[in-house]
Amino acid sequence: MDLSLSTETVGDRTVVKVGGEIDVYTAPKLREQLVELVNDGSYHLVVDMEGVDFLDSTGLGVLVGGLKRVRAHEGSLRLVCNQERILKIFRITGLTKVFPIHTSVQDAVQATD
Amino acid sequence: MATVELLFSALPEHVRTARLVAAAVARRAGVDEAVLDELRLAVGEACSRAVNLHVGHGVTDPVRVTLIEDEKKFSIEVADDAPRPPAAELAATRGAAGASGTSTPLPDDAGDTGEDDMGLAVISGLVDDVEVTATGSGGLIRMSWPTMPTSVLS
Repeated sequence: MDLSLSTETVGDRTVVKVGGEIDVYTAPKLREQLVELVNDGSYHLVVDMEGVDFLDSTGLGVLVGGLKRVRAHEGSLRLVCNQERILKIFRITGLTKVFPIHTSVQDAVQATD
Repeated sequence: MATVELLFSALPEHVRTARLVAAAVARRAGVDEAVLDELRLAVGEACSRAVNLHVGHGVTDPVRVTLIEDEKKFSIEVADDAPRPPAAELAATRGAAGASGTSTPLPDDAGDTGEDDMGLAVISGLVDDVEVTATGSGGLIRMSWPTMPTSVLS
């Protein structure tokens, strides 16, 4: 399965809906998407991972890279994920402390720090 | 004992194939269904790392994945032929061993060593029985999982 990406603007947030597998082969596509959004001035991103079947460390690296980019513009990167097998990867790498992880897109869009 | 060996060109698009083959053989060998997701992820991490090492060092040889079915365990070995000083590998292994806490280095998306460390961190977080070794001419990640008693069909 390949990676699918779509974006939607909700208020001042940009929701990136990701589907399929994020691995060493497909992660560059996600990286390009995040870089493009930041370059276009979208600094408050919500990455919806509910359609993600597989995530590896390359994908984690891309998400961290995205976080660094939006933070450089005082932005935010929030994740939406309820899948235990994906959440486990964030837990074992300690990244649950780095990313705000929400249970729904609505929750992530409305969240403020 | 049954062994399946897979050799693939060091290209990112083949890592998924390695994951699928490893998971299929593991299931057949009697590895618990509950850990197949973790096994798939661990194999993918090991193969991604090998691919990156081959690409980074300009190694044209294929990455080798060996799936070994023993009586009570299923082992996966991922071997690369990328040259490096053994000391660097040992340091990477120590970094991965402490990955369950909060000291995990953040990976970068620039393809630096942070991503490599993160791959090893994920493997050591997922697999209880893992061994990372290297010589000047290549490296090997060996992982194993217990198997359930085989069915009457096997």
